[in-house]
Amino acid sequence: MTPGQRRWIFLAAVAGLAAFYLWGLAGLPGFGNYPGPYGNIIARVAVSQTNATGVVSAVNFEYRGFDTVGEEFILFIAATGVATVLRHLRGERDRTALDEARDRQVPGTSEAIRTAALLFTGPTVLLGWWLASHAQTNPSGGFQGGVVLATAFMLIYLAGEFLVFERVSPVDITDAVEAVGAGGFAAVGVAAVGYGLAYLTNFLPRGVYPGAVFSAGTIPLISFFVGLEVAAAFILIVSELLEQTLVIRQGG
Amino acid sequence: MVSFVEVFPYVVVAWVLAVGLYGIVTSRHLVHSIVCLIVVQSSTYVLLLGVGYKRGAAAPYFNDITQRHTPVVDPVVQALALTDVVVEAAVTALLLAFAIQAHKRFGTLDPQDLVQLKG
Repeated sequence: MTPGQRRWIFLAAVAGLAAFYLWGLAGLPGFGNYPGPYGNIIARVAVSQTNATGVVSAVNFEYRGFDTVGEEFILFIAATGVATVLRHLRGERDRTALDEARDRQVPGTSEAIRTAALLFTGPTVLLGWWLASHAQTNPSGGFQGGVVLATAFMLIYLAGEFLVFERVSPVDITDAVEAVGAGGFAAVGVAAVGYGLAYLTNFLPRGVYPGAVFSAGTIPLISFFVGLEVAAAFILIVSELLEQTLVIRQGG
Repeated sequence: MVSFVEVFPYVVVAWVLAVGLYGIVTSRHLVHSIVCLIVVQSSTYVLLLGVGYKRGAAAPYFNDITQRHTPVVDPVVQALALTDVVVEAAVTALLLAFAIQAHKRFGTLDPQDLVQLKG
């Protein structure tokens, strides 16, 4: 198929898609008139039921906590999948680094980048933990905090070399952290079963003040485990990909 | 008569979706197609948040809302948008890994050339 033909088929398909889209839009109640009953009910009862003032986190880690277990394991499996797809294949060997364009002058990391990256590492870690530990009150949570935490490790990579990055995030430890994060979430759910409650029931005391750090029972605990899992998964995925660029450059 | 502001979010959704799809169809590089897929998926965030919006409503955070019955925008679709982002990250990571392996095996990332190789 030539690119021209493909473009015509695409235009025909888009016309059909647009027709269905407009048809669907015509059935919507109009922008700003959301009629869904679940959101209204949850927004009304969430604060008194969970003592979390961030209703989105309450939805994620309590009302549909079981879905979030699956969501977390999607990321866990993705990291496993990346590691599996990028494993050492037969006939692949690590060779010393050689650039494909041999005569290219690759400049070293400049002092400005190094300083800026190191300067931002500490605050980024702090921000990540703050986000991961305040799910019950902020528009944040383990997913957001975990990604920010992983960014701190990317900054170390930017500041130094890949080898330093590997030293501060050894694969074994990152693997273990990821397993603790994923398993911890599931274990919180099983612990509720041990108390004779349904899986993932919020069995911890909900605190006195809504939205305080120690409030909302299992919501901050789950968020903490999710933060560990997400940070470790992202570090693993990125280090796997970085390792590949090294191998490919070496192949040249 | 609907005002422009009321349809604007849905116009943005359609535009982002169409641009991403066009990018995938005309792509000459697998990494470029993966980025286009991210663009396609971004349209779903706009759609979810647009659908959940309620006129005059606050964000679903009750830290500084003293009135418990203040209308807030739908928290459920916002939670779904978060799930959407996580799935996108997972899909992107896996696709990039496959792209690396495809480049190693076939020495090209042009979908046109990859089709001609037949496996």
